[in-house]
Amino acid sequence: MNTPLLEIRNLKKSFGSLEVLKGIDLTVDVGEVIFLIGPSGGGKSTFARCINFLEKPTCGDVIFSGQVMCQDRNGGHYKAPEKLVRLARGDMPMVFQHFNLFAHRTALENVIEAPIWVQGRNRSEAIEDALRLLGEVGLRDKADYYPAQLSGGQKQRVAIARALAMHPKLILFDEPTSALDPELVAGILETIRSLADKGMTLIVVTHEMGFARKLADTVHFFSDGRILESGPPDRIFDHPETDRLSEFIRSILR
Amino acid sequence: MYEFFFILIPRHFPFLLEGAVVTLQLTLTSMVCGICIGLAVAIGRIGSKAPLKWLLAAYVEIWRDVPLIVQLLVIYFSLPTVGISLPAFWAGVLGLSLNLGAYLSEVFRSTILSIDPGQREAGESTGMSRLLVYRRVVLPQALRIAVPTVGGYFVSLLKDSSLVSFVSINELLRNGTIVISNTFRTMEIYLMVAIIYFALSFTASRAVLWIERALTPRYLRRNWEPSLSPKTSEVPA
Repeated sequence: MNTPLLEIRNLKKSFGSLEVLKGIDLTVDVGEVIFLIGPSGGGKSTFARCINFLEKPTCGDVIFSGQVMCQDRNGGHYKAPEKLVRLARGDMPMVFQHFNLFAHRTALENVIEAPIWVQGRNRSEAIEDALRLLGEVGLRDKADYYPAQLSGGQKQRVAIARALAMHPKLILFDEPTSALDPELVAGILETIRSLADKGMTLIVVTHEMGFARKLADTVHFFSDGRILESGPPDRIFDHPETDRLSEFIRSILR
Repeated sequence: MYEFFFILIPRHFPFLLEGAVVTLQLTLTSMVCGICIGLAVAIGRIGSKAPLKWLLAAYVEIWRDVPLIVQLLVIYFSLPTVGISLPAFWAGVLGLSLNLGAYLSEVFRSTILSIDPGQREAGESTGMSRLLVYRRVVLPQALRIAVPTVGGYFVSLLKDSSLVSFVSINELLRNGTIVISNTFRTMEIYLMVAIIYFALSFTASRAVLWIERALTPRYLRRNWEPSLSPKTSEVPA
């Protein structure tokens, strides 16, 4: 059996006395498309942020691509050195709800920033690569535009190109369409689908249930800091086992 | 009138200008030091933990709550008693830049905090170190926002530097008083001093405006069109 790309055991996260994640276990194989769904405040975004270490897990194990990022050992919580964490982060960039493009840099400059400064790639190579990626997301002609001149959907596609430019092993999406006008959502979903089709490993936090149903290999239902149910989309959406999930599905179908 | 323009000015202006040169040297040196102090303190106050954070906050508070002239006198007269003898010029620079640094740190702190934290997260999520995020993402934006305010402090400093005449640095104002004590032409000499200060400050504030315009990104300028932006091959580093 192959080792999974990402392995998470008993991950907990507290903010002060508030425990947001109460012990999450999850494994992701290479090429797998994982969807995290559930009510707001259930902890799914915090969980995604813990994977990328934007939030430091309070305890639990995160093993990414064979590299231990943090682990409970001998009664303590081991954290990998900064440098290793940074290296791993570049392999699993995140696409954010509010795009978070660098406002003072053009679309192209946004995309080449990390490849040049983090991965030390040659500038002209990085530009060539970035223009190809901008082309793939349909924005080749907007390369010299600043974020302020792009629509929400265009910004999000630049953000996706920025993540792809790292040649990552995994991309995290944190509600990538929640800040978009309804008519722009389809374009972003289409872009994400094409990534999945190419075999990219994806973890997607979303409220787009129809999309999750079509694209997911596995859906995890988060509620109150735990994963209440996991399974293939058909099972999750058509045959929920817990009351909480069936209630959730009813409420979003209404 | 004739005497003012054709006798007093030719006779005393060069000496006053010598003082003006010292004023400029003082101001520019203190400005550079003050910006460095301000930036370091601002970043320290945002990023550091308890003891250092309090220390920096205390520095800002104390230096903003004591009049500049008193600070200058304390530094000038107390340093020798603890065995540090600085040339008057550098004692002046020390006093001015510590004072300026306290004020600028608050300017920088607010402009740094005005940058959307999402952009830092975006940088960090791709593996950029915190330092790199500051250098490539936060500071280029925060410093540009700070330019008009920092420029205002520069013009103020140019004028406030006259206070160091109290600690026997031969800058513009002190050279003026020296001339007066020799000639007793109080009104005329102070008028010349005032004119020189005005000329310096006016030039400085014009320069600040020019810098502000030069640093305004292309997309924030009026009449900006994407077609006028550089080709992708010419994108600056």
